[in-house]
Amino acid sequence: MIGGLFIYNHKGEVLISRVYRDDIGRNAVDAFRVNVIHARQQVRSPVTNIARTSFFHVKRSNIWLAAVTKQNVNAAMVFEFLYKMCDVMAAYFGKISEENIKNNFVLIYERLDEILDFGYPQNSETGALKTFITQQGIKSQHQTKEEQSQITSQVTGQIGWRREGIKYRRNELFLDVLESVNLLMSPQGQVLSAHVSGRVVMKSYLSGMPECKFGMNDKIVIEKQGKGTADETSKSGKQSIAIDDCTFHQCVRLSKFDSERSISFIPPDGEFELMRYRTTKDIILPFRVIPLVREVGRTKLEVKVVIKSNFKPSLLAQKIEVRIPTPLNTSGVQVICMKGKAKYKASENAIVWKIKRMAGMKESQISAEIELLPTNDKKKWARPPISMNFEVPFAPSGLKVRYLKVFEPKLNYSDHDVIKWVRYIGRSGIYETRC
Amino acid sequence: MPAVSKGDGMRGLAVFISDIRNCKSKEAEIKRINKELANIRSKFKGDKALDGYSKKKYVCKLLFIFLLGHDIDFGHMEAVNLLSSNKYTEKQIGYLFISVLVNSNSELIRLINNAIKNDLASRNPTFMCLALHCIANVGSREMGEAFAADIPRILVAGDSMDSVKQSAALCLLRLYKASPDLVPMGEWTARVVHLLNDQHMGVVTAAVSLITCLCKKNPDDFKTCISLAVSRLSRIVSSASTDLQDYTYYFVPAPWLSVKLLRLLQCYPPPEDAAVKGRLVECLETVLNKAQEPPKSKKVQHSNAKNAILFETISLIIHYDSEPNLLVRACNQLGQFLQHRETNLRYLALESMCTLASSEFSHEAVKTHIDTVINALKTERDVSVRQRAADLLYAMCDRSNAKQIVSEMLRYLETADYAIREEIVLKVAILAEKYAVDYSWYVDTILNLIRIAGDYVSEEVWYRVLQIVTNRDDVQGYAAKTVFEALQAPACHENMVKVGGYILGEFGNLIAGDPRSSPPVQFSLLHSKFHLCSVATRALLLSTYIKFINLFPETKATIQGVLRAGSQLRNADVELQQRAVEYLTLSSVASTDVLATVLEEMPPFPERESSILAKLKRKKGPGAASALDDGRRDPSSNDINGGVEPTPSTVSTPSPSADLLGLRAAPPPAAPPASAGAGNLLVDVFDGPAAQPSLGPTPEEAFLRFVCKNNGVLFENQLLQIGVKSEFRQNLGRMYLFYGNKTSVQFQNFSPTVVHPGDLQTHILSLAVQTKRVAAQVDGGAQVQQVLNIECLRDFLTPPLLSVRFRYGGAPQALTLKLPVTINKFFQPTEMAAQDFFQRWKQLSLPQQEAQKIFKANHPMDAEVTKAKLLGFGSALLDNVDPNPENFVGAGIIQTKALQVGCLLRLEPNAQAQMYRLTLRTSKESVSRHLCELLAQQF
Repeated sequence: MIGGLFIYNHKGEVLISRVYRDDIGRNAVDAFRVNVIHARQQVRSPVTNIARTSFFHVKRSNIWLAAVTKQNVNAAMVFEFLYKMCDVMAAYFGKISEENIKNNFVLIYERLDEILDFGYPQNSETGALKTFITQQGIKSQHQTKEEQSQITSQVTGQIGWRREGIKYRRNELFLDVLESVNLLMSPQGQVLSAHVSGRVVMKSYLSGMPECKFGMNDKIVIEKQGKGTADETSKSGKQSIAIDDCTFHQCVRLSKFDSERSISFIPPDGEFELMRYRTTKDIILPFRVIPLVREVGRTKLEVKVVIKSNFKPSLLAQKIEVRIPTPLNTSGVQVICMKGKAKYKASENAIVWKIKRMAGMKESQISAEIELLPTNDKKKWARPPISMNFEVPFAPSGLKVRYLKVFEPKLNYSDHDVIKWVRYIGRSGIYETRC
Repeated sequence: MPAVSKGDGMRGLAVFISDIRNCKSKEAEIKRINKELANIRSKFKGDKALDGYSKKKYVCKLLFIFLLGHDIDFGHMEAVNLLSSNKYTEKQIGYLFISVLVNSNSELIRLINNAIKNDLASRNPTFMCLALHCIANVGSREMGEAFAADIPRILVAGDSMDSVKQSAALCLLRLYKASPDLVPMGEWTARVVHLLNDQHMGVVTAAVSLITCLCKKNPDDFKTCISLAVSRLSRIVSSASTDLQDYTYYFVPAPWLSVKLLRLLQCYPPPEDAAVKGRLVECLETVLNKAQEPPKSKKVQHSNAKNAILFETISLIIHYDSEPNLLVRACNQLGQFLQHRETNLRYLALESMCTLASSEFSHEAVKTHIDTVINALKTERDVSVRQRAADLLYAMCDRSNAKQIVSEMLRYLETADYAIREEIVLKVAILAEKYAVDYSWYVDTILNLIRIAGDYVSEEVWYRVLQIVTNRDDVQGYAAKTVFEALQAPACHENMVKVGGYILGEFGNLIAGDPRSSPPVQFSLLHSKFHLCSVATRALLLSTYIKFINLFPETKATIQGVLRAGSQLRNADVELQQRAVEYLTLSSVASTDVLATVLEEMPPFPERESSILAKLKRKKGPGAASALDDGRRDPSSNDINGGVEPTPSTVSTPSPSADLLGLRAAPPPAAPPASAGAGNLLVDVFDGPAAQPSLGPTPEEAFLRFVCKNNGVLFENQLLQIGVKSEFRQNLGRMYLFYGNKTSVQFQNFSPTVVHPGDLQTHILSLAVQTKRVAAQVDGGAQVQQVLNIECLRDFLTPPLLSVRFRYGGAPQALTLKLPVTINKFFQPTEMAAQDFFQRWKQLSLPQQEAQKIFKANHPMDAEVTKAKLLGFGSALLDNVDPNPENFVGAGIIQTKALQVGCLLRLEPNAQAQMYRLTLRTSKESVSRHLCELLAQQF
C-alpha cells in the first residue's frame, strides 16, 4: 500500500508531503530528491528502489509526483492512482503547475485525505468528490441537510459515482473515441512494430439514474451475432476489429461483459473515461514517410523526405509535424519544401517541418542540404529515426461506435429523446520511420 | 600581468552563462547548449575568418560547455590558433582550453608544442609564464619529452624575470614528479641551489620545493643548499614582522618558506661546518623563543602559521637528534601544547612527543609529562588523540614507570574504543614483559589483560605468557595459583581457560597440597568450563586431563570416565575423537613409568625475539617500526624477552601417522619439540618477516647462482620477492619476472625498468623494447608478472640492470639488481667425437684464445653436482674424450646475432688439493676470459 505521497517542483523542493504510514520517514523525501530528481543520468526509471523503499513517480510539466512504499505493492495500481490524482487536480484547478499547487495547498491536502486512506485508494471520481470537497468553502454552507445526508449514502452506497436526483432539461451525451497510433517503420517501408491505444471518453448530461448500453464493432460480438443473421456478417465485412485488451471504468458491469460481452453501465455525471483498449491488427497508418539520405563527402548531407497521406480524400489531417534529426556537427542547413513551413531548430538538433492541413491521398516533399563541420571524433552519427505528429478525424484502429442506448425507466424520456454526439480523433503517438 | 580591458568583457559569454543558470530543467539546459553549439559550429565553418575576440569568446563558451559535462569534439584548432595571438587574454584562453581539453591528439600536439616553444623563446614574461603553466598543467609525458631540457635553462638564465623563474621551478617540479627520468641533471643543478639567495621570495619558495624533491634522489648534488638554506632561514626568522612586506602572513614572516626550508634541511644530516651549525641552532632557538612570546594577534591564522613553523622546527630537531638542549626545550614546548584548547595541537604534540621519547636526550624530559598524557588518555574526547596518547605512553615507558603506565593502560582498556583495543593489548603485553621486575606482577598483568579484553588477546600474547612461565621456575607455583583463582570466576574468557588448562596441566602439582585446590577440585573446575569452549580449547583441555592422570594418579578413574563418555569417543570432531581415544588407551595401557616419560614436563623454550613485538611491528607498518624499535635505548632490558613460542596445542598434537603407529607399538608420544630443526620450523610460522634479518641470499650470490640455472628467486627482502623464469634459444631469450608483494599493503607507483650499463647499450638492444608494462599498483600479497624479450646481438660482459622503484606506505623504495642474463645463456651445446674435439682444440691454440684459471673449491667436490652445473652452464658434456675420467670436457657455440663463437672447455678437479683447473678456448679473446671467470665462481 502507498506509504506516502510527495509532490516536488523542478528543483526538487517539496511542495506537498503526505505520509500515510509510519514506515516512511522524512528521509524518504530527501532520498528521492537526491537519487532521482538530481540524478546525473538522463533516463530515469519510473520505479526506483532506494534502501528497500520503492518510489513510483510521474512527471507533469515540471512537477514530480512520487508515491512511496516499503511494501510490495501492485505497481500498476500505484501508477493508476497517480494518474487519477493528476486528473482530479486538473479538474479542480486546471493546469498542474508549481503556482497552482502552491495556491491550492489546503485543497490538495483535503483531497489526499479523501482519496487515500491509510495508503489504500478510495473513491477518486472527480464528480463524486466535488459534492463534498468544494472549491469555494461558502458553497458548502448552502448545502441543505438533505444534500448532506446524500454524501453519506453516496460514499457508502452501491453506486458511489453518481448521486440521485440529477435533472437536466435537455438530455445530452457526448462520446469521443480518442486514439493514438504508434509506429516504427524501416527505411524500406516495412512495419517493424505498430499499435493503437485508444480511449472512449464520455460526457453525460442525463437525468435520473439512466442505464446505458454501449456497442461497437468488436470482432467477437459481431461474429457471435453473425451466427444468428448471416447476411449481416457479409454486410459488415471487414468492419469488425480485434481488440487485444481493454479496461473499463468502474461503473461498467464487468459480469455482464464477461458473460455477454455487452457494455452496460450507469454513467457518472459529467466527463469520464468509459474504456481503454489496445489493438495491433489491421491498423490504418494515416501517413507514410519515405526518407532519402545521401552523404556528399565529409562535410555535406542531403536529405529528402516524402510524406504520403493514406486515407479518404474527403478527410483532412491537421497539425502535421515532421521532425528530421540532424547530425551533431551540423553547421548550417538549407531547406526547400513544397508545402507548409520548415525550419532548422538547433536547440533540438532537428529540422521541423510543419503543415497545417493535408487532405487524404496526397503527397508532399521536403529536401534539405546539411553542412557539417569536420570533427576530431571518429564516432559515426547514430541516425535517429524521423518522427511525426498529426491529428486525423477517424480512428486508425477502425473502431466504430454502433450504438449507445439509454434507458431510464423511472423518468419519462426515452433513448430517442437523448441528443448524442460521436467524434473520432486519431493522433500520433510515437510515429517513427528509420532513415 | 595586464589587466583585462573593458572591451574584453565578453558579453556574449556572460549572457550564455546566465541563460544556462536560469534554465529550469536539465532539458532546457541541453536545448540551450545545443543551440549555442550549432551557433559556434556555424561560426567556425571553414570559409569565414573570425577576429581574435570572437574566436576567444566561442572557445570560452566551448570550455564552459565542456566543464558542464558535455562532449566537445571541435574547436581545438581554433584554440590552437589563439595560442599564436599577441593579446594576453586570447592567449590565456587558448592555453586554458588546451590544458583542460587536450588529449594526446597526434596532429594537434605538434602544433601546440610549437606554439609553446615560440612562447618560451619569446622575451615576454607573461607569455613565458602562460606556456610554463600549460606544460605543468598538462604534465604529460609527451610534453615532458619536448620541454624537459628547455625549462632548466630558463630557470637558471640570468635574464629571466622573477615570475618566470618561479613558474619554471614549479613546472620543472611537476614534470619531475610525473616522470623523473625525463628531467636531465646537469650543471644547472648547482645554479638552482643558488636561487635560494634570490631577492624575490616567491622564487625562493618555488626553488625550495623543487630542491626538496630533487635532493631526495641525488642528495650529494644539492649538498651546498644546506648552508644557503640555513642563512636564508636565519634571515627570515630574525626579521621583524614588517620586514618582508607581501610575504608576512598575519604578523608571521614568510611562514610557508620557513616551513619548506625546514623540510629541506630534514633531508640532510646536521651540517658539519660548525659556523653553519651554530647559525642553524640559533635559528631553531629563536623559533622556540618566539613560541613563548605572547601572540601578536588573536586571529587563528596567526597562531596556525606560527605553530606550523614551530612543529616543523621540532621535527627538524628530532631529525638531527644531537642537540640535547634543543630536544629538551622542544619537549617542554610540546608539553605546553598537551593541554591546549585546540584538539589538532594536542594531537600534533602527542605525535611529535612520541618521536622525542625515542631520543636518548629527551626521553627523561618526555617522562615528566606522564600525568598529562595519562589524563589525555582518560578524558580526551577525540579517539585519534587517545590513540596518540596510548602510543606516547608506550614510547615513554621504561623500567621506572612501567608499573604505572601498564596499570593505567589496563584501566583504560576497559573503556577503550574497539578499534584500538587489540593494539593496546599488544602494547600492554610487551611492556609488561619487557619491564617486568618480578614475574608475579607480569603474570597478574597478563591474566588481568585476558580478563578485561579476552577477545582482543591474540594467540601470540598467551603463547608468550606460557613460554615465560615454563622457562621460569620461580613463577610456576604463583602462576598456577593465580590461574586457579581466576578460573573460579563464574564466567571467564576462553583464552583464560586455555592458559589455565595449560598451566594447571603442567604445574598443577605445585598447588595440589592445598586442600582448597586439591587435584579433584582442579579437575572439576576445568571440566566445568569444558562444554562452553570451542574445539581447539577442548582439545587442549583433553591434553591437560591426560597430564593430570600423570600428575595425580588419584584422578585417573574420573578422567578415564570423562574420556570414555560417548560425547568424547564418538565426537563429530576428528581431532577431539582421536585425542580422547588415544589418551584413554594411553592411560589404560601404559605403565606409570611410560606415562611419566611421555608426559614429562615441558623443557624450557630457547630464547628468541618476542613474537608479540613482531606482530605489533607488522600491524603498524614500516613507518612506525623505527619508533617502536626502542631496543637501542634499552638493550639491557631484554632479560626475559626471550624464549620461543610454546605452541602448546602442537606440542600435544602428535601427527596422525605417528599416532596410528603408536597404537600398535608404543604409546603415542606427546612429542616435545626436541629437535632444533622442528622448533625452528614452528618459530618461523610466528615470526614476521620483519623479525628476520635477511631471507634470501644476497643479490650478488643470487646472481651467481643464476649463471647455471634459469629459474628461481632472484631477490627477496621483507617487502618484495622477485622470481625469475627464463628460457633461451640460440640468440633469443624470454624472461618472466614475477614481483610478489610480501606485505599486506599496496605498493604504489610500482615501476620496474631495465637499464643497460654503459658498454652494453650497443650489444643487447631489444631488451627494453620488448618489456611489457606492469601495473602501477601491486596489492598486498599479490604477484605481478613482467615479460622481457631478449636478443643477443653481440657478445657482452656486463649484465643489464633491473631497477625497481615503488612506494611502500608512502616511503619510496628503490633497488637495483643485475638481471641474470650472462653470455653463457646463449650457449648451444654441441656433441662431437673425441678426435673432432682435439682437432678443434688444436685449432684454437693462440695464446689469447685460451683462458685458464686454477682455483680452490668453494663447495664440496661432487662429480654429479659439477656435472649438473656444467650442463646448466650450457655446454654439452662430452664423455670418453679426456683420457682421465675424472676430468670434464664440454663444447658449445655461443649464438649472437652478429657472430657465433665456438667454445671448448675442460675442467680438471684435483680432489686431494681441493683445487680445480679450468681451461677455456674460444675463438674470441674476451669471451674466453669472461666465461672462465663466470664458471670459476661456480665451484
